[in-house]
Amino acid sequence: MDHLIGALVGAPLLGAGILLTGGRRLDRTGHWIGCLLSAASFVIGALLFADMLGKSGSARTMTSHLFSWVPVAGFQANVSFQLDQLSMTFVLLITGVGTLIHIYSVGYMEQDENRRRFFGYLNLFLAAMLLLVLADNYLLLYMGWEGVGLASYLLIGFWQHKPSAATAAKKAFIVNRVGDMGLSIAIMVMFATFGSFSFGPVFSHATSASQAKLTVIGLLLLLGACGKSAQVPLQSWLGDAMEGPTPVSALIHAATMVTAGVYLITRSSAIFNAAPAAQLAVTVVGAVTLLFGAIVGCAKDDIKKALAGSTMSQIGYMILAAGLGPIGYVFAIMHLITHGFFKAGLFLGAGSVMHGMNDEVDMRKFGGLRKFMPVTYVTFGLAYLAIIGFPGLSGYWSKDKIIEAAFAKGGTDGWILGGVALLGAGITAFYMTRVMLMTFFGEKRWVPDADGHEPHPHEAPRTMTIPMIILAFGSVFAGGLFSLNSSFLHWLEPVTGHTEGHSPVSTVLIQAATLVVLALGLGLAWVQYGRQAVPAVAPRGSLLTRAARRDLLQDDFNHVALVKPGEYLTRGLVYLDHSVVDGVVNGTAASVGGLSGRMRRLQNGYVRSYAVSMLGGTAVLVAATLLMRGV
Amino acid sequence: MNPVNYLYLAALLFTIGGAGVMIRRNAIIVFMCVELMLNACNLAFVTFARLHGNLDGQIFAFFTMVVAAAEVVVGLAIIVTFFRSRHSASVDDASLMKL
Repeated sequence: MDHLIGALVGAPLLGAGILLTGGRRLDRTGHWIGCLLSAASFVIGALLFADMLGKSGSARTMTSHLFSWVPVAGFQANVSFQLDQLSMTFVLLITGVGTLIHIYSVGYMEQDENRRRFFGYLNLFLAAMLLLVLADNYLLLYMGWEGVGLASYLLIGFWQHKPSAATAAKKAFIVNRVGDMGLSIAIMVMFATFGSFSFGPVFSHATSASQAKLTVIGLLLLLGACGKSAQVPLQSWLGDAMEGPTPVSALIHAATMVTAGVYLITRSSAIFNAAPAAQLAVTVVGAVTLLFGAIVGCAKDDIKKALAGSTMSQIGYMILAAGLGPIGYVFAIMHLITHGFFKAGLFLGAGSVMHGMNDEVDMRKFGGLRKFMPVTYVTFGLAYLAIIGFPGLSGYWSKDKIIEAAFAKGGTDGWILGGVALLGAGITAFYMTRVMLMTFFGEKRWVPDADGHEPHPHEAPRTMTIPMIILAFGSVFAGGLFSLNSSFLHWLEPVTGHTEGHSPVSTVLIQAATLVVLALGLGLAWVQYGRQAVPAVAPRGSLLTRAARRDLLQDDFNHVALVKPGEYLTRGLVYLDHSVVDGVVNGTAASVGGLSGRMRRLQNGYVRSYAVSMLGGTAVLVAATLLMRGV
Repeated sequence: MNPVNYLYLAALLFTIGGAGVMIRRNAIIVFMCVELMLNACNLAFVTFARLHGNLDGQIFAFFTMVVAAAEVVVGLAIIVTFFRSRHSASVDDASLMKL
């Protein structure tokens, strides 16, 4: 069974290879090849899962050594995989949701003449993400990490004829580079400290390293996670990444990419557990992002950008939970899985709405769509109920646990983090209800597009609705299934460890408070967007609304704090280069040139002047000889 | 007669030759001046041989004559060819490597 692990990565990689080198002759079948190989990976994953379930808890970790990558004395880098319960969870999420998104894309990208290339990139994305979660050492993980960055760049900029898409792709890539830098330095520090970057040796020696080194490694890993998972301060790429085709957004937000940061922190639990300072930083980043994304999500009129804000916020929950240590890891991953279902469902629903509305994304121009797109309405609605944490649905089980765990951290920290998580739940209810009401309820506010085509909203084709229906099932039942007999907890516990948190307030009280803020958020959204008609033009709004529309000034901040100083620095360096470096070089060249110009005059071609110089030279030599003799 | 006087004569002849090489333009004259300088050297060699009482200088004088004879053959040939192409024997006309 073990050697099948390589095939998990191999199948989508093969697909990417075939589709990207196959050329135009694969245009008619390429998308099905992509779906098939993605599904093959899922089937292999399911087989391995069944195999794993048959073993006892401790024997479940499988390893597979493929080959030595860099065999140098004192530095051993292997391409070898490790499949444990944590990796297995990710594999099933990535290949499962990924395959559904592949199938959805068949319909969504039908009109695009580059559909084959699109599927090649999707397969590459899956392969890179699978490599990331299956690697048994940080160097191989880093390779997958970079592959994910590359694939996201290619997919966000898939419609590169649009300047905005090309810019968004570059932005995502560059912001990710900052995080990647953190991860690569973390790996270097790790190697310097432990003499290895394989998971086994690093984690078993984690406690023996000095506190300072562990904190440094932890903070650098956090920086890496911030980049990939779009956490403050590296969150700015996520909103612009909506320029890519909608299935890409679904893939980035649900199954791949943004989950990588949560995986990294959970995988490195041994390091974080031993470095409380780094752990605190993780929780702070999570809590700040949680509110940041939620506030941004409240103000956006672009349906995809509102969902992007929501992703940022939900990933904030996961990072927060991962930062809580052993009381939170399991719930971070559990929320990640449930979020994978409902966020993929929401994005695919949004894509379906856009499909029917001439690619319009402004929610102020939607309204009343529930009668025209019943399947999209129901599936989107179920995913909506799941994300706000409606009792009984997936989001309720996972998010509630995170809020409880945050309170259970204890002390002032616990109260603050718990309060933030609770507040976030309320805001989530508000902005998601807003999206729901503006899109599917109220009067229709459709306007013809730029070319004068009146929108004729209609239900999407079967290839698009079936994945949405499957995801809706996941959104409804996954959380409950995981919580049944704490099955998910027992499944993941051997890898991440788990200690039961002891909350200062009773669990029932927290659950009640969560429901109250949920109802408040929902009610507030109803008052604002349900009871009264939604204006077609956005009102000016308060200062906070206007700031949130501009992503809470994230780009302005980056511009002032990073771009401008960088520009000044570059300009200074250019000046220095021009004046000092070039000055020395040009000066030397000019003086040699000038001297040569003068020397050249001696070579006038007249025999007599050469004769004079010969005579002069001889005279000098004779004089010198005589003088030497005289001395 | 004091052999040193021959040295003075040799120096005088050498100077005349050297000055001629430097200030005359006609290639034939320049060439003759070069010969004059060589012969001044020969005279000096012979004189020193006489002064020192051995034959080294006289032998050297023969060598010089042989080399000078060869040089005359080559040099005159060059001057004749040069004259044919430029219709002039002025050394200043030969200030460029190309025609």
